[in-house]
Amino acid sequence: MKAAAFDYEKPIACDEAIRLVAATSGMGKFVSGSQSLGPMMNLRLAQPELLVDLRGITALKTCRAEGEYGVIGAGVTHAQIEDARIDDFTRGLMVHVARGIAYRAVRNRGTLGGSLAHADPAADWINVMRGLDADFLVTGSNGERTVKSADWMLGAFTTALEPDEILAGVRVRRLSNTARWSYYKFNRKPGEFAEAIALFIDDAQAGICRAVIGAIDGPPYLIANARALVDDPASALLEPHLMDAGLEPGSYEYQVHRVALERAAATLREHGRNPQ
Amino acid sequence: MTDAIKKPLMLIVNQAQVAACVEPRTNLADFLREQQMLTGTNIGCEQGVCGACTVMVDGAPARSCITPALACAGSEVRSIEGFDDDAPMNQLRAAFTAEHALQCGYCTPGMLMTARDIVMRLPDADDARVRLELSGNLCRCTGYVGIVRAIRRVLDAHRASAAPPLAATA
Repeated sequence: MKAAAFDYEKPIACDEAIRLVAATSGMGKFVSGSQSLGPMMNLRLAQPELLVDLRGITALKTCRAEGEYGVIGAGVTHAQIEDARIDDFTRGLMVHVARGIAYRAVRNRGTLGGSLAHADPAADWINVMRGLDADFLVTGSNGERTVKSADWMLGAFTTALEPDEILAGVRVRRLSNTARWSYYKFNRKPGEFAEAIALFIDDAQAGICRAVIGAIDGPPYLIANARALVDDPASALLEPHLMDAGLEPGSYEYQVHRVALERAAATLREHGRNPQ
Repeated sequence: MTDAIKKPLMLIVNQAQVAACVEPRTNLADFLREQQMLTGTNIGCEQGVCGACTVMVDGAPARSCITPALACAGSEVRSIEGFDDDAPMNQLRAAFTAEHALQCGYCTPGMLMTARDIVMRLPDADDARVRLELSGNLCRCTGYVGIVRAIRRVLDAHRASAAPPLAATA
């Protein structure tokens, strides 16, 4: 199908973009790569009256180091991350994840911020940013604010963003030189949305060993202390977490998430270093 | 339709400057096909899954069905018609013919865009990588064996021509 009629603007500054969308009383949408919103509009699942294209705002495309943190602009594309055209603060984790997002033609246009604002539970960045405990840098009509990763995603396709707010970027703590990670995504065909995602980030120097159960019905499920799971991913240890994440023992979903966690834990254990 | 909003659009299509007026809802694929009469770009799923509509935007493959034409203002768009004099694309065309990499041909323009991207960006790709990179382009008649072989053929030819002459390694 074709998208319903809409108007289109491409401002060059955030405040102008925010003004344009605020003036539509809820019927305007920000867009960047249009790799999620585009299909939704063609399917008429979304019918905004105004699209405000953020790709003209250079401030959203910048990345910088801030002490122990890295700030990555929301307008950075998956392909830029895949090709390491921006600084990597995550010891290869983001580069690895980017390569597995959809297909190159999608990665060339789709953006980090667009994916995070869209908040599909089965998408990659929403789960990875939870594991990295990223701060979400938001700018809107009422100025700037920071949203913690635990508070970002409220439910499937629902975030803490107000209609007149833009996600400007994320701030992630740089992983230390000895940090290790593993990422397992289960899908039946490369590039499709995940049926299960499991992520481990083990940064002993920073006192962190986290795991994420992703691609569930709601926000990513964080296991703040996953040390025991890495050492021994026995089902007795996994089961309470999987059930707490809303997965029903005996179901297909439970099974694929359990296997994803086990495989990610095994990868981390076996490599004993950064799997890259 | 007569009172639909139209907006001016300036971009480069197949190396020619184009000035047009488009409705914001017009996607790049429809703009190319219906306003520029470049019907080589095929539209399949219209939701970014099948890859048939893939064209080059600023040198990188993109889904033209989910990209508003207006979002390409100032960009350089290259559709299959713009590759007549392109050496890698001509090698790929010949290889597709030799390896029977198409049957109905509907996916072929998009396949060739992705194939060219693989050949240019990933000169060292093995067959597994070629298949992975091709996963965003669906073929529903010939299958992928011939397509992978065709890309392999061009990759191998590039590798052979890039290898140092025997005298230099002796």
